[in-house]
Amino acid sequence: MRSKRIRKREKINLTVNGHAYELDVGRQAHQLDPAHTLAKTLRETLGLTGTKIGCDRGSCGSCTVLMDGKAILSCTTLTVECDGKSITTIEGLGDPQKGILDPLQQAFIDHTAFQCGFCTPGMIMGAKALLGQNRSPDEGQVKEALSGHYCRCISHYHVLRAVLEAAKRIR
Amino acid sequence: MTTMKTQYRYIGKPTPRNDALEIVTGKAEFIDDVKRPAMLYGKVLRSPYPHANILEIDTTKAEALPGVKAVLTHKNVPGWKTGIPRHVRVLDRKVRFVGDAVALVAAETEEIAAEALGLIKVEYEKLPAVYDVEQAIQPDAPQLYDEFPRNLVPLDVKVFGPKSLSKVVMGDVEKGFGEADFIGEGTYAYENFANPLPLEPPGVIAEWEGPEKLTVWSATQSASWHRFIMLSKMGFPDIRTISTHCGGSFGSKNYSAQPLFYAAALAKASGRAVKVRYTKEEQFGAFALRLGSRFRGKVGIKKDGTVTAVSGEWFVDTGAFSDMAQAQIAVGCGEAQLMLRCLNWDLRTRLVCTNRNASGIVRGFGGQELESAFHPILSIAMEQAELDPVEFFKKNYVKPGEGYYWRDGNWWVCRGKDYSNAIMEGAKAFQWKEKWKGWLTPTAVQGTKRIGVGVGVHGNADVGEDESEAYVRLNPDATATIHACVSESGMGQRSSLCKMVAEVLQLPLERVSMTPPDSLINPFDFGLVGSRGTFAIGSAVIAAAEDARQKLLALAAPLFHSEPDELESMDGKVCVKGKPGTGIPWNRVTSLTQTCTGFGRFKPDYSVPNFLILFVEVEVDTETGQVVLLNVVSATDVGQVIDPLSLEGQLYGALGAAGMDTALFEESVLDRRQGHLLNINMMDYKWRTFSELPRFRNVILETGIPTHRYKALGVGEIATSPGPSAVLMAASNAVGKRLCDYPVTPERVLKALGKIKKE
Repeated sequence: MRSKRIRKREKINLTVNGHAYELDVGRQAHQLDPAHTLAKTLRETLGLTGTKIGCDRGSCGSCTVLMDGKAILSCTTLTVECDGKSITTIEGLGDPQKGILDPLQQAFIDHTAFQCGFCTPGMIMGAKALLGQNRSPDEGQVKEALSGHYCRCISHYHVLRAVLEAAKRIR
Repeated sequence: MTTMKTQYRYIGKPTPRNDALEIVTGKAEFIDDVKRPAMLYGKVLRSPYPHANILEIDTTKAEALPGVKAVLTHKNVPGWKTGIPRHVRVLDRKVRFVGDAVALVAAETEEIAAEALGLIKVEYEKLPAVYDVEQAIQPDAPQLYDEFPRNLVPLDVKVFGPKSLSKVVMGDVEKGFGEADFIGEGTYAYENFANPLPLEPPGVIAEWEGPEKLTVWSATQSASWHRFIMLSKMGFPDIRTISTHCGGSFGSKNYSAQPLFYAAALAKASGRAVKVRYTKEEQFGAFALRLGSRFRGKVGIKKDGTVTAVSGEWFVDTGAFSDMAQAQIAVGCGEAQLMLRCLNWDLRTRLVCTNRNASGIVRGFGGQELESAFHPILSIAMEQAELDPVEFFKKNYVKPGEGYYWRDGNWWVCRGKDYSNAIMEGAKAFQWKEKWKGWLTPTAVQGTKRIGVGVGVHGNADVGEDESEAYVRLNPDATATIHACVSESGMGQRSSLCKMVAEVLQLPLERVSMTPPDSLINPFDFGLVGSRGTFAIGSAVIAAAEDARQKLLALAAPLFHSEPDELESMDGKVCVKGKPGTGIPWNRVTSLTQTCTGFGRFKPDYSVPNFLILFVEVEVDTETGQVVLLNVVSATDVGQVIDPLSLEGQLYGALGAAGMDTALFEESVLDRRQGHLLNINMMDYKWRTFSELPRFRNVILETGIPTHRYKALGVGEIATSPGPSAVLMAASNAVGKRLCDYPVTPERVLKALGKIKKE
């Protein structure tokens, strides 16, 4: 059903970090291939490489972005499914032009809540979605919300401190 | 102890990582974020069979596909080889594991490259395969390489010089066993081939600037390896290596020889830059697993815990190949001696190749593999002697003045620390004395739930391994630049080195920066391996900073009509010691158009081993067989903390990188009929989630260790190593039955309890 509708329309509109984009759907090099995942579109078409691809199979959490405020896995979301949606990536947090960080980003810096840093953008976006729904999560709720995020360096303990600290600062 | 400590301006205080802003804003550049002009994408066709000859390959259709720029098979790849001795070709006429490379394609897009792979026709002649180390060395076993009869890979390869360690033989073991009151004996294995599994898969970009000039970008923890190790394997082109941010490595991405070969071969054939980035499946099934380790051995101990003899045969299984196995054997043999003080050894090793995915470098580097297989035997002896393992380890871990053969085959005498205090502080924090109830005795029983505790130790003298060089350049604007070829793969080492230099120069930390990890612009550094960053690299940058400082003071002396040693530099001004008011800015000591550069070098020093003890508490459900990790305490003495948050991160790492969880649930499941790994994705390869975190406490002593002026020592590498055996011990104690197989799955627990039938 969905694919038929898209074929008819041949264009999709989406907003990423506040900017509106209109993408032509098609198989030419300059077009949005219906097979492209949102992760691929963000990284390769829009140049937003802050979103990381760890497994490309929806099981590591590193490609997490917000769609209308909810955390989604951009590697298992087709861009053609995002018509009319608003996407926020790590690049859209805080106010990058003014150099203002989101409290989560600042807390991650203050607690060195990363080692290699590859999972960090996804982890921060996952935490952002949580704090959007629950401003005062307890440790168990943070763990639950981030349980799909893989971190092999084991920065989990630092991340928990950072997210709880950010929640406190936001309140 | 802390009252006696020197108070530093930066050393020991938590400071933000230099790259923190880049990381939290998504600007940190990892390998997949790098693009070169006209870059192509390389893909690998992989074997569906564990062992086969390639009779025919037809690439015509693949070559004809629009967008395909190069197709390579064993017939037309360069003759480069890796492995020790060199035996692993870029592509061969034979495949040796499911996933072995058959052909390479470079194309304008990844999709086209993948499509082209499907157009390559291969005719295979299937051969029988072998997966077990002891079967592989039988005369009638299928043979992987013509040059390795009975699949035995040579050990006399001088990987660490003419006396390179490949066994531990000293004293008289017969006499030693004669003196023993108790003997532990058996064959145990640590053969779950777990995957270090950094989140970012390996990736390499190769670009030739001429037939003999290659530039390589790689997600590596040790930028220089792609140059100094690959040079001889590739016929000595001039290789410039640049390390991107590395999204985790844990050893495995030190050195991505295969992806580099593929990218470089395709780049050569196409005349374009080529990126080869492995998929997660390739990272699981065709990259770097832990070595297989099986130990058939014997240990003799006296009633008081004195170890009288160790003998045995250590079988090390590389899978199809491993580029560093002999080095891992050397270090493993050394580390066993650090753990066990014993005069009589006869520990022999055999290195064997089999038809499964290759092994590579993994955190723990041989020592974790040997100890994990050895521990059940040690436990049997300690159990008979009714010894408290904490007391046993305290008695037997190497002490200052005692010696060991290290990896270079030389006898080194420990001039480091007696770690007994770290052991006792850790035991206290864990409440070991309260929780330890004796061997095969639970700490507590509540219905079907039983609690047990276990402990393990590990240490490594590689903290002072290999060479490091660095320049420190003082700039007229009162900034300092460190030139050292050091990557960032999670340890925060680049930031820690800046702290050391800021401390030497008494310069605000934000005024110290570092050149990118690029072999063209930096002197030699061996890389971030063996926890060498703090001592080895630290020594080089400290010496370089001190050299630069001395040169600056010498330049300034005439301006003060005094001697250099009467001067100091403080916040970018040279002044008379203790008189900051007399300060002359650096730009007036030099000039606006001059810099002042110092040089430092570190030479290997294997006399200062590090140490870690891990206490674990598990809960076993005797109904379901599930083992849950409840509580972990790690204890160490690092001499002096450089950055507390980064250090803690390294210690928590015990739970990652094919560490402690290889005793609980991590394994690569090999189908021994078809040769396939069955769980090569992140759903089927179990990993620890946030919801499953145990309580975890780090006890860190700082008693000053004789390394460099900050008396600090690295410890990151060994975080994973004592965990697996400690978990087995804890689970055994919980259920009251000896559990000796990794991982201790519910099935194994229920079998031990007699609740389900044994195989």
